Amino acid sequence: MQKEHYILLVEKFLSNEISQEELSELNSLLESDEELKADFEEQKKIKEVLNKMELRNPSQEVWDSYWLNVYNRIERGVAWILISVASIILLSYAAIDAIDELLADTQTPAVIKYSIFALILGGVILFVSLIREKLFVRKKDKYKEIQR
Amino acid sequence: MKLSKKEKKKFEMYVKANMRKGYFAALAFLGNHDDAMEISQKAFIKAFGHFKKFDRSKNFFAWYYTILRNLCLNHIRDNKKKKPLDEIIISKENTEAVNPQTAVENEELKNQLHKALFNLDEEDREILILREFENYSYKQLSELLGIPEGTVMSRLYYARKKLAKELKRYLK
Repeated sequence: MQKEHYILLVEKFLSNEISQEELSELNSLLESDEELKADFEEQKKIKEVLNKMELRNPSQEVWDSYWLNVYNRIERGVAWILISVASIILLSYAAIDAIDELLADTQTPAVIKYSIFALILGGVILFVSLIREKLFVRKKDKYKEIQR
Repeated sequence: MKLSKKEKKKFEMYVKANMRKGYFAALAFLGNHDDAMEISQKAFIKAFGHFKKFDRSKNFFAWYYTILRNLCLNHIRDNKKKKPLDEIIISKENTEAVNPQTAVENEELKNQLHKALFNLDEEDREILILREFENYSYKQLSELLGIPEGTVMSRLYYARKKLAKELKRYLK
């Protein structure tokens, strides 16, 4: 007897989807094998236990406010994106302006000017490196659907 | 992310039609009301972000469930220090309507079952709760989990066996 076929018959029995023919087949299997009979009784008992229980349903207020919560979170997400983009643009503009002024100023020591240049170069290299890595991982990673 | 008013309305309809199923599915994984609320809503927000990619001829809940399932598994992995589990199971019988002894027995059964369910691994608990408490058909489970119906049946059978092992002392 194939175990898979026995499981199919048990599942059909437990979900009341078993035909008369299949029921006779299951009964004859159980009659001929004590171990299977004990296993079948165990499955029935567990099903009975589970049938007596249900999941706790949260109060109606929870459901009433569910969509509003989702909507508010979407809206706030959009707001945060706009704030972030605007902040990056404004801060970048201010930084470029400040650097421009420092570089144009003849009083600024050369070491500061070189440091600013090194900082910008370092930032660009880091940015390019991160982008390249991201693109590489996206292309090759077969687990990309799983969040890290 | 930019959707027309009609699309937004449609998404709202999808959320309202599927929020309970999403919450209970998350609850099966996480066992905690606050986490289930948080993750099921987060999954809807993610779904909203990719709503344009959703094939309207397909089942929305099956698509949403893939996102939800990944978020739940990630949440479990990232939160090793588990929050205390909420009492997510209740007896169907009204405690006032049954005699005191039955009420005590039901309470004991509920506690044991709760403990046993959360001793199972996530995948066994997931399939058992979806089938036994949420009444998903084998076909629906096959679609949600992306496995053949025969595998659904076999996984349910073995999950029940593991649960029986956990409840052995009580069942005797």
